[in-house]
Order: sequence, then C-alpha cells, then structure tokens
Amino acid sequence: METSRRGFLAAMSAGLPNEANAGGPQQDHQHQSVPSDISLRVKSLESLLVEKGLVDPAALDALVDTYETKVGPRNGAKIVARAWIDSGYKKRLLSNATAAIAELGFLSTQGEHMLVLENTSKVHNVVVCTLCSCYPWPVLGLPPVWYKSSAYRSRTVIDPRGVLNEFGLDLPEDVEVRVWDSTAELRYLVLPERPPGTDHMDEDTLAGLVTRNSMIGVEKIRLPQPKGDR
Amino acid sequence: MNGIHDMGGMHGMGPVKPEVNEPVFHETWEARVYVLTRAIGALRKWNIDTGRYYIEQIAPADYLRMSYYEKWFTRLVELLVKTGMVTRDEVKTGLPAPGSPKSTPALQPHRVPVVSLDRNIEPSHDPAVRPRFKAGQRVRALNIHPIAHTRLPRYARGKTGKIDRDHGVYNFPDTNADGRGPKRQHVYSVRFAARELWGEQASQRDFVYLDLWDDYLERA
Repeated sequence: METSRRGFLAAMSAGLPNEANAGGPQQDHQHQSVPSDISLRVKSLESLLVEKGLVDPAALDALVDTYETKVGPRNGAKIVARAWIDSGYKKRLLSNATAAIAELGFLSTQGEHMLVLENTSKVHNVVVCTLCSCYPWPVLGLPPVWYKSSAYRSRTVIDPRGVLNEFGLDLPEDVEVRVWDSTAELRYLVLPERPPGTDHMDEDTLAGLVTRNSMIGVEKIRLPQPKGDR
Repeated sequence: MNGIHDMGGMHGMGPVKPEVNEPVFHETWEARVYVLTRAIGALRKWNIDTGRYYIEQIAPADYLRMSYYEKWFTRLVELLVKTGMVTRDEVKTGLPAPGSPKSTPALQPHRVPVVSLDRNIEPSHDPAVRPRFKAGQRVRALNIHPIAHTRLPRYARGKTGKIDRDHGVYNFPDTNADGRGPKRQHVYSVRFAARELWGEQASQRDFVYLDLWDDYLERA
C-alpha cells in the first residue's frame, strides 16, 4: 500500500502539466501546483477525449444544459410545496422518499436513494458532508460553494448552532438539532416548516417561497417582508 | 486514511461564506470538468468509491489550496491515466498518440437524461445479506485507522451511538475503492449524542447522525 501510495503521489505531481513553468511573477511559491491557466488545460483534455472517442461533445453540452437549466432547487421546492398541501404525499415522502420523489418525475427510482427529514418547531434537521460534498443532485442541483467549503464541513458537526446562527437562524435551546453527515449513499432533503400566513396560497406560489438553503436546513422559510418593514 | 478531507470537528477554517445569487458554475472550465467527469464516469471504468479515494489522495496542502473543480480535474486526469484510457504524454500534448484505438463507445446524448438522474447506486434490498444490528441497538464505532479509503470519519471512531434505522445493503467503500471487491453489507443511520462526540461543551439537545457500515460497528 505504502509503495503504491508513494507511486501515486509521484504520478500525481508529474500529472500536473506546466507545473514547473507555471510560476509567474504573481506567484510566491516555486513549487505551487495551482495551474496558471486551468481553463487551457481543461480544454486540452476535452479535445483529447473527444479525439479519442471517449466523450461525445453533444452529450457534454446536454449535461451542462441539464445542470444549468433543468436540475436544481426548483425541483426540491416543488416536492416541498406538494408535501405541504397534500398530507398523503407528505406521508409517502417521509416513509419512502425515493419513490415519492420519483412520482413527481425528479428521480429515477434506480440509482439514487433519498431520505426526507421533516423540520418542526421541536426538531431541526441540517445536512452536511464532512468528508466531501455529497448532496442530493436530482432535487437540489449541484451544491453551492459554501456547502463544499472547509468551514461548513468542519464546523457543522461540532458547532451546528453557531453555523446556523451565521445563516441568521437562532434556534431556541429546547429545539433538538439533528445534523446529518452524508457518509454513505443516502442523500438527504430537508422538508422545511410551512410558514404561517400561507394558508391561502396555491402550490406554485408556495413552491416559490421555498429556498435552497431551507432544504439543506440552514434557514427557515420566511414570507417576503412588505416594503419598508426592515 | 486520516486525510485532510476528513474535516468534521476541525477548527480554524473560518466563517461560512454564502454567496448571494450563486451561479451553478462560476467558470466555463468548471462546467466542462464536471460534465467530462460525469460522461467518462458513465463508462463505468471506475466506481464511486475509487473516485472519492482519488480526491482524498491529493496532498493536504494542495487539497486546501485547490478549488473544488481543480480537485475534480486532478482526479479525472489521474484516473484516466490509471485506467489506461489516456497516457500522460497525451494529457501533456492534448493529442492522441498515433494509432491509439477508439475502443470505448462514448456516452451518447440520448442517455444524458438517464445518467444525470442515476448515480448507479445498486438496489439496497438484498435478503441474502443479513444485518448484524437492528434499530434501537447501542453500537460503538470501531477505533480503526485504515490507511486507504474509508467513510468512517475520525470524529466518530470509538464513540457510542444508537442504530436509528437500517438503510439496507451497500458496497463497502474501504474494499470497493481499491479493487478488493464490494463486500456488500448493511448500512445504518447511527444517532450519536453531540456530547458523546464533543463533550460537555456540546448542547444536550444536539445529535449527529452518520450512515455507517456493518464493518465499522460493534455492539456496545
């Protein structure tokens, strides 16, 4: 193991092209491995992979389009809104999230395993991946930078209330905080509390209130404040 | 491995800095790295655990300095080379070696809608694999320090919690990451009191749930 790991590390540094000559005047470490122009290196790799027939440019474009326009937190918001207005759906969502989400077409029942956690006035759930960046792609899209940051990953498990506080959420001491560290293949979506004063709203309007952060569990949903109220 | 990636409970990383109206990708190259990884990933030349292991093997100083998608790019290059899909010379020049074969059919556009919703996680229902624990039992996470890939974070090792639920059967990352096989076994959500993990400084009302494999646990 030790040998292969050393080999790997050697290979790893050898695998960073232009490393030796990437140092411009703005760089203070000669041995730095941040590339001077990663964009060129990525282009070069893409053209190599296309040339070799390993990727199809049309599929790449379709993937970009999928994650920029089709898969994102709007999907999660629709799930939440449906659960708020349809108690039968909510029940299915909490007992078999994968199947209930697939009902709405945001998930294939194969290849992804989901759990939905309900926030209440007594229990607050918040999701993290301390080991990297696990996140429910099909329902929330790709994670924001802060979710993948060292700060969020390191602190959420040891100081959840402190982290939530930075997001503007001050939880009473008697609320139970549950932190879910996504260490396996289960992916978590938080079902936030429906804000008071929304009884008259239809499903689409409700979905419009649901924020990405509330479905990660770092904020509660608030109604938009009337102008001049702040 | 006790790597820099295993960050739960570390201090000194500063405040969390959310960005208002954050775009899905900040730079075009980030999007390309992401989709290249997904398109190549669909060829199934390596599994999800190997992919994670190759991020974790980036040297700690580089790991902290690199942006997220720089790490993805580094991993992609290393795994492409390791699996023989490209050579290091080809990466350097951006040109295929003369006479290199076009052996693998690439991911086709019509499969993108399927691939983007499917991480290829195998079904977790498998009556042939028996669980070692059941909901409500007290368990201790082993105090182990595997030198290679593991999904048992340091902060939970040696700590006692309660099985909250059985998630079913999954590949075992420690062996699956480096070719020793999937060793399929049950994964449980284990509920730990924050005070068990962090001592008296933690709130009595806080709990941390980790998804842990049978091989990480013993009866407490």
